Amino acid sequence: MNVVAPFEGIGASVKRKEDLRFLSGRGQYTDDIDRPGQTYACILRSPHAHALIRGIDLAAAKAMPGVVAIFTGADMTGIGGLPCGWQIHNKDGSPMAEPPHPVLAQGKVRHVGDSVAVVIAGTRAQARDAAEAIEVDYEVLPAVATMEAALGAGAPRVHDGVEGNLCYDWHIGDPAVNAAAFRGAHKVVEFDLVNNRLIPNAMEPRAAVGDYDPTTGDYTLYTTSQNPHVIRLLMGAFVLQLPEHKLRVVAPDVGGGFGSKIFHYAEEAIVTWAAGKLARPVKWTADRTESFITDAHGRDHVTKARLALDKDGRFLALHVRTLANMGAYLSTFSTSVPTYLYATLLAGVYTTPTVYAEVKAVFTNTTPVDAYRGAGRPEATFLLERLVDVAAREMGMDRVEIRRRNFIPADAYPYQTPVALQYDSGDHVATLDEALKVAQWDSFEARRAEAKTRGKLRGIGISTYLEACGIAPSAVVGALGARAGLYEVGTIRVHPTGSVTVLTGTHSHGQGHETTLAQLVTDRLGVPLAQVDIVHGDTAKIPFGMGTYGSRSLAVGGSAMVKAMDKIVAKARKIAAHLLEASVEDVEFDRGTFRVAGTDRTKSWGEICLTAYVPHNYPIEEIEPGLEETAFYDPKNFTYPGGCHICEVEIDPETGHVDVVNFTAVDDVGRVINPMIVEGQVQGGVAQGIGQALLETAVYDENGQLLSASFMDYQMPRAGDLPPVSVATHATLCTHNPLGVKGCGEVGAIGSPPAVINAVVDALKEFGVRHIEMPATPAKIWNIIHADHKLAAE
Amino acid sequence: MPQVTLTVNGATHTVEVEGRTLLVELLREKLRLTGTHVGCDTSQCGACVVHVNGDSVKSCTLLALQADGAQITTIEGLARPDGTLHPMQEAFREYHALQCGFCTPGMVMSAIDLVQKHPGGLSEKEIREGLEGNLCRCTGYHNIVKAIAAAQDVMHGRRAELAPAAE
Repeated sequence: MNVVAPFEGIGASVKRKEDLRFLSGRGQYTDDIDRPGQTYACILRSPHAHALIRGIDLAAAKAMPGVVAIFTGADMTGIGGLPCGWQIHNKDGSPMAEPPHPVLAQGKVRHVGDSVAVVIAGTRAQARDAAEAIEVDYEVLPAVATMEAALGAGAPRVHDGVEGNLCYDWHIGDPAVNAAAFRGAHKVVEFDLVNNRLIPNAMEPRAAVGDYDPTTGDYTLYTTSQNPHVIRLLMGAFVLQLPEHKLRVVAPDVGGGFGSKIFHYAEEAIVTWAAGKLARPVKWTADRTESFITDAHGRDHVTKARLALDKDGRFLALHVRTLANMGAYLSTFSTSVPTYLYATLLAGVYTTPTVYAEVKAVFTNTTPVDAYRGAGRPEATFLLERLVDVAAREMGMDRVEIRRRNFIPADAYPYQTPVALQYDSGDHVATLDEALKVAQWDSFEARRAEAKTRGKLRGIGISTYLEACGIAPSAVVGALGARAGLYEVGTIRVHPTGSVTVLTGTHSHGQGHETTLAQLVTDRLGVPLAQVDIVHGDTAKIPFGMGTYGSRSLAVGGSAMVKAMDKIVAKARKIAAHLLEASVEDVEFDRGTFRVAGTDRTKSWGEICLTAYVPHNYPIEEIEPGLEETAFYDPKNFTYPGGCHICEVEIDPETGHVDVVNFTAVDDVGRVINPMIVEGQVQGGVAQGIGQALLETAVYDENGQLLSASFMDYQMPRAGDLPPVSVATHATLCTHNPLGVKGCGEVGAIGSPPAVINAVVDALKEFGVRHIEMPATPAKIWNIIHADHKLAAE
Repeated sequence: MPQVTLTVNGATHTVEVEGRTLLVELLREKLRLTGTHVGCDTSQCGACVVHVNGDSVKSCTLLALQADGAQITTIEGLARPDGTLHPMQEAFREYHALQCGFCTPGMVMSAIDLVQKHPGGLSEKEIREGLEGNLCRCTGYHNIVKAIAAAQDVMHGRRAELAPAAE
């Protein structure tokens, strides 16, 4: 075996191992999988946001060609509801309201898209035809489409047992300390804002194939999931009561997730259950409209904030009151997003001594809301970074200076915030200074003046942020209400000739794990990248795992691999010591070579691996043959990436159109394994952030109909909407995981929206604008510029 | 059921289809060419783009019957039989122009047609505008644009080999 070429290890921008199959059309996504004898499911969905089901007439549908079976909620007896993975407690200590979430509607539908019945037929078209022939007698009820409506006196209840449509009324921080700090303030800045509701829209629609072998009782579910073991646990233990050894969940190639494919969805349970009932494979694939109305949405906060400052612009206290939309049911991690992933980040990068946050989670007759790229942290960052800009202006201070004045200094780490988290490392001045330089902040006014000569309004905006990811220490999240541990699992399987298969409990759906994780092995064991394969996404192959979300794959999953590799090296050194007739303590290992310290006596990696599997001359009394190790790694803390994003825009006053002309991101994601992939992750995240700020929003009418339910109505960023993004990194290392990594998957989407809106507000400053809600559409901007002749509708 | 005869990646097939069967359904379900993807139902996303008689076409927007007699190329038919990638495929890999890979086949097929229709070369702005019919949720498009800019030089013979991506 060759000694490693060092450029394939940590820090190398090696090209991705997974690309060839994707570029050749050989990816295997869930809808690409066909099983012998397969049938197709079409789910009849509610056209109403809130209605009683008085009756379902299946007669005509059952007579349609190709129909194999039709099931409704009445057939799914003995089946559990979809569980929520995180229990939040109210201010008074009582648990949140947790109404049932049936797989198929039980007498009532609660949002447009709620599952009413499933038709299973020989072809996709037959299933759809038959679904259209089902007659449902609905008694339409008044719906609550907004949180304001849901909280109003006498509002219709989404769930009969949930008074006031309130899921929980939660808080964090010390209200008395907080109130006292406000009383001593020089100035209090009050600011209200909305974090607009988004639809994740991974390009691959969700899909699921259920399969069942009646001779063994084994079920297999192929599904578009970011975490197959979590789906196996939730669906097996809570919904279908299937033990793990009889349920295999495969998440093959998955075409993007961004959070929306974390959650356990009804369709997964439906196809698995129906496959068992019919002893035939059942495939379901969402069309895009179904994705819009059934994939969990993101964000949707309404917030009132107050920031207390002293006369020098130092932050004294922050008080935040947020309403968070849960939609009609509690999706898997929905309840944690506006609490422990949001309010705990409200200190941001600042030394604000007291933060008090109150969050009410509200049921509405809309699609469930859950984690979407950043999950809570973009909402916290948008609030803080807009608020800081508003405060700077109202204090007559420079936007950069007010940030510098309040930064947590680099030498104050580890830093305990007033909202539970202890940040381990960071250097906000460094990322700020570099971003200011790259973005040519100091020469901006000249560019503004030049733009003015062309009739354009130019603005610049900044955001300095920090987030918590690499989730999460199991004991900590358990104490906060999580119903799962959040460790990760890695197996290093060294083969007799020295090549390596890694089994990881994380899942790659665009992140490039097959490359980045292999680089860890190459770097540590000296095995060339081509001889390392990463296996993920199959509960039959991988011991266990909690999957990929919260930028955890490298920080937690990579650390599990490091731990397993430590065990491999420890065992391999014993084998080498035996062969070299040296003591183990004297055997050094460095990237593929075992050496007796201070001598030229060596054994190669290949020799040791072969000996492990052909143990003729072997310390058999001391160690077992073979070379395979598994490690579970439970992180000691969250990781805390941060950085600075700067956005420059030009607005055409004639149309109100915003053109993002420059975007700079300088992020501290800890140690960088593959710079090319990190840059790609940041660019993609920034694209979603710009999308939120300028283009995207979910719109419901007052009856709960989703008006933005197609790509014609929901504005996804296209190539022409986005600027080239300048990406740089500045690493401070995570102090508590063995790789020093923090995570890069979400930073782009977290740091960017306030930078964009701060730039838009800056461009419009001559019009006295204090704030523009996202998305900053041409209509909104035109109405600001042309206040005298407002357009009738925005 | 009516029959349709078409040539896909050099092989001729005669297939029975329903009148409503879409070209993409024929490719994916009848011919099992699953590299062509379906990402929406309103002809907006471009994941299903293939070449029909040399033009890029959204195969979700064409009935299979309309493709009777057509020469079709899908992502599976781009590389040479010896495995050598098309310069556009090569450029996407070199410039990290794909992440999850779902939009990639359609994006590559659109990009090839875009470059072929502009022998004089495309500016960055023209490439961005030319990608209007293709959605990508992962990359932010920047690396896709760079890949297409690099591939066009090879496709038009202005460079013998792809310009390497900067480290």
